[in-house]
Amino acid sequence: MPMSRLTTRRSAMKLGAAAAALPLVHIRSAGAAGKLSFGFWDHWVPEGNAVMKKQVDAWADKNKVEVQTDFITSVGNKLLLTASAEAQAGAGHDIMAFVEWDAHNNADKLLPVDDLMKRLTDKYGEPDKVSQYLGRAKDHWFAVPTSSGSQNKPPCARISMMKNYCGMDVQAMYPASENSGEAAAAWTWDALATAAEKCQKAGYPFAMGLGQTTDSVDAIGALFAAFGADLIDGEGKIQVHSDNVRQVLEYSQKLVKFLPDDAVSYDDASNNRALIAGKSALIFNPPSAWAVAVRDAPDVAKDCWTFSAPAGPKGRFVPHQTYFWGIWKFSQNQSAAKDLIEYLLQREQVEARDNVVQGYDLPPFPSMNDFKIWETVEPPKGTVYNYPIRSWHKAEPSVSGSSASPDVAVQMYNRGTMPTMLAKLKSGQSIKDVIAWASDELEGFTR
Amino acid sequence: MSNASGLAGAAIAQAPARVRSGGSGMRRFMRQRSTIALLMCLPLILMIALLIVYPAIYAIYLSLMNKKMTRFVGLGNFTFLLRRDTFQLVLFQSCLFAITAVVLKAVIGFILAHLMHNIPSRNQRIWRGLLLVPWVIPLAMSTLTWWWMFDPTYSAFNWVLNQFGFKSIPWLGVGWTARFCTIAVNVWYGTPFFMIMYLAALKSVPEQLYEAAAIDGANAVQKLFLVTLPMMRNIISITVLFSLIVTFADFDIVRILTAGGPQDLTHVFATYAFQVGIQSGDIPLGASVSLFMLPILAVAAYFVLRGVNRRSREMAA
Repeated sequence: MPMSRLTTRRSAMKLGAAAAALPLVHIRSAGAAGKLSFGFWDHWVPEGNAVMKKQVDAWADKNKVEVQTDFITSVGNKLLLTASAEAQAGAGHDIMAFVEWDAHNNADKLLPVDDLMKRLTDKYGEPDKVSQYLGRAKDHWFAVPTSSGSQNKPPCARISMMKNYCGMDVQAMYPASENSGEAAAAWTWDALATAAEKCQKAGYPFAMGLGQTTDSVDAIGALFAAFGADLIDGEGKIQVHSDNVRQVLEYSQKLVKFLPDDAVSYDDASNNRALIAGKSALIFNPPSAWAVAVRDAPDVAKDCWTFSAPAGPKGRFVPHQTYFWGIWKFSQNQSAAKDLIEYLLQREQVEARDNVVQGYDLPPFPSMNDFKIWETVEPPKGTVYNYPIRSWHKAEPSVSGSSASPDVAVQMYNRGTMPTMLAKLKSGQSIKDVIAWASDELEGFTR
Repeated sequence: MSNASGLAGAAIAQAPARVRSGGSGMRRFMRQRSTIALLMCLPLILMIALLIVYPAIYAIYLSLMNKKMTRFVGLGNFTFLLRRDTFQLVLFQSCLFAITAVVLKAVIGFILAHLMHNIPSRNQRIWRGLLLVPWVIPLAMSTLTWWWMFDPTYSAFNWVLNQFGFKSIPWLGVGWTARFCTIAVNVWYGTPFFMIMYLAALKSVPEQLYEAAAIDGANAVQKLFLVTLPMMRNIISITVLFSLIVTFADFDIVRILTAGGPQDLTHVFATYAFQVGIQSGDIPLGASVSLFMLPILAVAAYFVLRGVNRRSREMAA
């Protein structure tokens, strides 16, 4: 039959009416509610990315939003460089992951997220102090602290070496269960120096770095915090000549003698390698070093125990690194971006991700520090039970230089001022010279 | 009347001729070698403008702003930097790094080029290929290999030293040793470039000049200083200038080997600019650090290139 015979006037009118009515019908397809792109931190545990993608896809499917997920490595500062480039260009992902100070550095380009934070804090309580310090400016939240990548860097020690060379039972001091914490009271920076000396004499020095990378800066920052040694106060005044600073330097003059000769050139992998190779009795690190040892040096892994940082005259401070998720102001789909972040920070999502990454990620809300994963991870069982801060630890998370405002502290942090002060002591410089050097440096940061 | 009509007629007659001459002028312009050259270079010129000139101008603009990038501060960032002890250290280290590395690369490259020049051509190809390897491998990769060899804990060099009963050396942990290591890696990487440039220059020196010098009784040293070096002056100048600029801007080697440590003793402009500008969020100050050598290098480039041009004209004449 010829085609022209099929197209009658009536059928053409029906087709036209149907076509005109088409936009009125709400078709829920994959991208019906718009598009989003999310620049995640590329987790060092490969399964960490997979579970995140799964959660994002589930949300995207339910909300009919087309979400593009990119996992950007922090190796070689790629995550930092990507965020900096997007900030300058005013284009890129809608949501971006930021490490520690990077969110604050871009605060004026990020969308305030007070409403989202209110909903989360109403449900889960206030986030930890470091998250509040780094995620807020002028009483506004500009980025949401996330669990993905957030970590503590407490001591991780060899159980046998601490017992044999120092007479210290770290498992009894920090057991894998709730307790009064009385045994832990003796774990001070003085005790650490004594143990460091004994282990160094035994040929297994504490692999604490004095370089300018984050592990060194975080650990030495916790030491300064424990002595109340603020280099710059909240008003921007230089406090390097204070008694507390002198006190921490006098202590450090003893400690640095027991650290490895190459500690001044440590990077973030040096301490891990020292532990995994069986050359060190203690490092300050998240459980990544232990996790690699499980694979590469099982005997070392079985002998590792993570516990809280030592206490000083002003308290016990655990080095902490927070990751954030921020929404750029140039994002075209801001409400969907907030919804997605809120979904990903629900307790069940955070726990599901944490189970996959063996408890490496720490939730920003202390109310979530009771996940079962930290009790069950092994070997030995309970090895990372004390990785999150427990109430009986009587400890606080700390970020180096946080006595000063973030725009000043970030310079102290990235220039590695505190570990460099100790590196100078190790090279034989006097406390007076070190203070004079630091004073000049700090003056530059407060301009 | 007749006169006027005659002029008008002449004008009408000339009009098509003018059009014709305009068209042929355009054709002539398009046929000129310089026009063709310009057109062929245009894509590259546009690319350079987009990827080099624009970022350079933007960097200059940034360097004149305050930390928050909200206010123009003139040369404030530069004067601030000059007052800082750490920056003075960076300035010293950058000059030490660039000048020492370039001098060593030039000398070693010159020696290698001469040795290579005197190897029979069949074997020369093999040696030339082998010696070019450091320059061909991606710098980040080869520097990582060097880093493993200098590694504080598991250094291959220290293993060798220990085998002979010597103590380990913290290669990257002590100021002058770390400086030596960064310079050594730069020399290792950059020498093949000098070698290949000098080899090309050596091959272009006419053999008759050496024969004439030999007839005049010149010895090897005299031939070197009175024939070879004068004939290579242009290549040497350009190579040294190019290498000086690239070495002053080096980032990879220092970043991978020491990240500027220990105690800032190995920082060069690029690594310090990255730390100050990107990592610490002070982009204008970082831009100022990276632009610090621009005027000095620009002046050096002007004089070197002027000398090259003058010598080229003399030789052509």
